[in-house]
Amino acid sequence: MTGTFHSGGSAPRTEKNTGERGGALARPAGGSGKPRLPFGRGGAAGSREVHHLGLVAALVLLAVVGLVTEPGNFATSGNVVGILALAATIGVITVGQTFVIIGGGIDLSVGSVMALASVWATTVATQSYGPAVMALCAVLVGTGAGVLTGLLISYGRLVPFIATLAMLVAARGLAQRMSDRRTQLVRPENDAIEALSTTKVLGLPLVVYIFAAVAAAGWLVLNRTTFGRRTFAVGGNPEAARLAGIDVRRHTLTLYALSGFCCGVAALIIMARTTTGSSTHGDLYELDAIAAVIIGGTLLTGGRGTIAGSILGVLVFTLITNLFILNGLQTSDQLIAKGAIIVIAVLLQRRGLRSPT
Amino acid sequence: MRDQSPRPTRRGVLFGGAVVAAGSLAAACTSNSEKDDPSPAAQAGSLAGDNDKPGKQVTIGFSAPAADHGWIAAIAKNAEGQAKKYKDVTFKPVEPTNDINQQISAVESLIRAKVDVLVILPNDGEQLNQVARKAMDAGIPVVNLDRVFPDKLSYRTWVGGDNYGMGVSAGHYIGKKLKAKNASNPVILEIQGIATLPLTQDRSKGFADALKSYGFTVTAKQDAKFTVESGNQVASNLLQAHKKIDALWNHDDDQGVGVLAAIKQSGRKEFFMVGGAGSANAMREIKTGGGVLEATVTYPPTMAASAIKLGRLIAQGKGMADLVELQVPQSITLASETVSKDNVDTYMPLGFES
Repeated sequence: MTGTFHSGGSAPRTEKNTGERGGALARPAGGSGKPRLPFGRGGAAGSREVHHLGLVAALVLLAVVGLVTEPGNFATSGNVVGILALAATIGVITVGQTFVIIGGGIDLSVGSVMALASVWATTVATQSYGPAVMALCAVLVGTGAGVLTGLLISYGRLVPFIATLAMLVAARGLAQRMSDRRTQLVRPENDAIEALSTTKVLGLPLVVYIFAAVAAAGWLVLNRTTFGRRTFAVGGNPEAARLAGIDVRRHTLTLYALSGFCCGVAALIIMARTTTGSSTHGDLYELDAIAAVIIGGTLLTGGRGTIAGSILGVLVFTLITNLFILNGLQTSDQLIAKGAIIVIAVLLQRRGLRSPT
Repeated sequence: MRDQSPRPTRRGVLFGGAVVAAGSLAAACTSNSEKDDPSPAAQAGSLAGDNDKPGKQVTIGFSAPAADHGWIAAIAKNAEGQAKKYKDVTFKPVEPTNDINQQISAVESLIRAKVDVLVILPNDGEQLNQVARKAMDAGIPVVNLDRVFPDKLSYRTWVGGDNYGMGVSAGHYIGKKLKAKNASNPVILEIQGIATLPLTQDRSKGFADALKSYGFTVTAKQDAKFTVESGNQVASNLLQAHKKIDALWNHDDDQGVGVLAAIKQSGRKEFFMVGGAGSANAMREIKTGGGVLEATVTYPPTMAASAIKLGRLIAQGKGMADLVELQVPQSITLASETVSKDNVDTYMPLGFES
């Protein structure tokens, strides 16, 4: 449905606008002073691009650092492929997380659900049906977990934070029970799973194409469909969305199912990359995904955000990891750098608002 | 999984009991019997009865972290398996947990139940020290497994692996092999476990020290988290960072599954790899051959079975067969052994499933 949802003037302007303002160059969009919903083609696309420019600049900066510090290793095709393959799992999860957060929720269970899906898909019973069923199983388990949290939130009236926190704990526990806390190897006869990581088309492994497909589909759905517009509406002002005739509950349920689906796809990717299913997979992924969404310029309060920003956010973080390892630095320093980047990104978004040049 | 050393030294049996019976002749007897009977097997036969024979009934309380790692899972299995072998042992395990608070309550419940001896693998030695001390003060001897309590009053006996020694074994294997190839300035990489743990630091130090004796140094080291996924991520990045690698030591075979997957998918074969801990998986890879994994250095989870044996002896007031003393020693550090293609069949039964 097309419509003119205003996200209500109730929230302070600064908060409503942070989502899409880039660096200090950003001008207030529209000039009406009223924040507009970023519908399909319209909205604040201009300033959104400015924001993405900031992220692209960060990527370029990191790339320059890479070129300067590790000239022989950084700009090789192998390294670029490595970065993309590394970003694939968290990237796919981040796409689902972006939908949930724009829709006014949050999904803390993504890492655990991915682990559960990977374990379920690699049990002896599932493996006996072959790789196709394993892949299907991973996706179904992920989606099922998403539907369950979605039901708790939309029809059980639980706060998203609480419901997905419960799922975070429970899914990890179930994964541990199912696997008896063992790492489950993908058996040799099912090496078609690993082929997703080893088979290369045009120099890129299939998992990167899966990542690209999910990202592209996510972008299309969010920006070119009624479902996408409704997501902005529900996140911006659920009450207004309800009055405009959107079934907010059903829509919310679908968002969490979508996030679960993405976790299932991510489980398939991690199975391909590690040749295992394990209850230890996806540890703290929820934080990585949320961090990527935030630096991508999506509002945690919902109603604003972009898929492209989130993907750029994921790439920034993955690039940092890669740079640190190429230069032989330790994990602790990576964490400090990531923390600093989150703070700087959010501060820049704010500053762009207060002092439009 | 068998949980005893397959080598003939399986006397497992403690001369001490006989010694106590023999009174003042004990010392002389022991030293002589060693000489008089050169065949270990025969000796085991002659002594086996004493310590493994049912003695005083003892209840052994057992607490360990929850197993989200093959090694820890093997610890619990070994302890239980060993305890079941004795008619005179009542095994009382508590719910394993990774939460230190829960482990404290669990051990306290064992103290209240007045078990005869406690076998504890703490989540963290410092954090569980108080409660172990409480047990000792209440007159319950504690056998401290692997992660050590800082306070010697908190345990009667410590038995554990040799982290520094693991590094040394891995360093010698890699150093010898590269020396034989006349490698100059070889690229030697190291994938650690959790970098903040003292055990990881010990492993790295042992590795560096052993390599130094060959004139080599570690080119780069990177830490993972003991999980398959982290091993996979770190390895794929390291392979990008180094175009030519000579040798790689990965601290942990569980995370090694992910490391090996990354290597396989990169198609790189120019180097050889040494693992750590001694999982069945790694041993199968070594036995099959053809891959980069050539050896692994053990950190045997069978120590849990040994700890149960020691706990039982302590509670029954007996000593150890091959030692002269009448009581179990205060500290036992197990050697880190190198498993390669030559001896993998011997070690296979000791490999633990990831």
